[in-house]
Amino acid sequence: MKTLDIAIIGGGGAGLTAAIYASRGMRKTAVFERLGAGGQIATTDVVENFPGFPEGINGFDLAQLLQRQAEKFGAKVIQESVTSLSPAEHGGFVLETEAGAYTARAVVVTAGADYNHLGVPGEAEFVGKGVSYCATCDGAFFKDQDVIVVGGGDAALDEAEFLTRYVKSVRIVHRRHELRASAINQQRAFSNPKIRFDWDTVVERIEGSSSVERVLLRNLVTGETREQPVGGVFVFIGQAPNNGLLNGLVALDAGGHAIVDLEMKTSVPGLFVAGDLRTKAARQLISACGDGATAAIAAEHYLAAHPANTSAK
Amino acid sequence: MAEVREVTDATFDSDVVKNDLPTLVDFWAPWCGPCRMVAPVVQELSEDYAGKVNFVKMNTDENPQVPTKFGIRSIPTLMIFRGGELKGTIVGFRPKSDLKKRIDEALV
Repeated sequence: MKTLDIAIIGGGGAGLTAAIYASRGMRKTAVFERLGAGGQIATTDVVENFPGFPEGINGFDLAQLLQRQAEKFGAKVIQESVTSLSPAEHGGFVLETEAGAYTARAVVVTAGADYNHLGVPGEAEFVGKGVSYCATCDGAFFKDQDVIVVGGGDAALDEAEFLTRYVKSVRIVHRRHELRASAINQQRAFSNPKIRFDWDTVVERIEGSSSVERVLLRNLVTGETREQPVGGVFVFIGQAPNNGLLNGLVALDAGGHAIVDLEMKTSVPGLFVAGDLRTKAARQLISACGDGATAAIAAEHYLAAHPANTSAK
Repeated sequence: MAEVREVTDATFDSDVVKNDLPTLVDFWAPWCGPCRMVAPVVQELSEDYAGKVNFVKMNTDENPQVPTKFGIRSIPTLMIFRGGELKGTIVGFRPKSDLKKRIDEALV
């Protein structure tokens, strides 16, 4: 069994920042990432609101920089997915991955969130055939087509704006009558001639033969349904926290986010949660990174107060 | 360590369809973040399966015909061909262990 001082589960902004701090603190640190470094930012076309990049920066490039910075100070990025996390008998924690087991004296969970699915008929069937959760990946395949974007937050508006580079038109289908997105994104969307809005409207079904051809929309106010011919359906309706490892271990709020204090401490000593997985107001890269730094500093204090028990190795 | 070779619309038939080895094609584009994330994993897999599976990649920006023929509307998409037939399709970036499983299934 491999031993670590600080194990970080999840390699997004929160996890990589925690790794920078933990490894600079000379603690043996590893970040477990099931896919590739960066988390949600890695698929973002341009990050415009991260301080220090006045011209904006490509999300994947920023993720690579964060990873390089963490590795520079000795953190290891391990591409394995953690399947279980439990307190060890003599203090610390045991992590199991599909490839092996590790012990860590402190753990920072930064597993983030995954996008929500619509859960309507046709959605799963047409993934990769017109249903998409990444406009920056798939937009170019919808040249001169009519598409819909489902959602009303910043992600939905960002991606709709991006899609207008390629598509003929974007209809933003939103179940409410107002947007949650930031003012600047709203202004951009309202002034873009390619973007239209279907307010108070939900998608009931996605249909087609070999790929998406139309959606069935329902207006929640009038109750009316109508068919809308579209070539693509882009879904940005928020996220669900990846709390699988925390279930039964720490207290979660009604939305499934971990409840932590100002130092990212959970109810379990030595276990910290940072980033989108915790209860918080702002779900931004910069706040995730801030959380990561806070958690790593708190973990460092925890390790200093609880020196390694050599017999437990 | 061999680089994962680039194939084109023109070479797809000879490099993939008529290849004696099972062949995995990584459909990608330079602007696609998840494609850039999957590339090093595909590189690792090409070493793990050296001699058993041929690994190639196709830039969908420069090669419109093959992606259109296979109805690709999302990248990264990995397709596994054996004996000229499509044996498996993986849409989106999955963990390496998932990819291995899907490749092994396509080899049976």
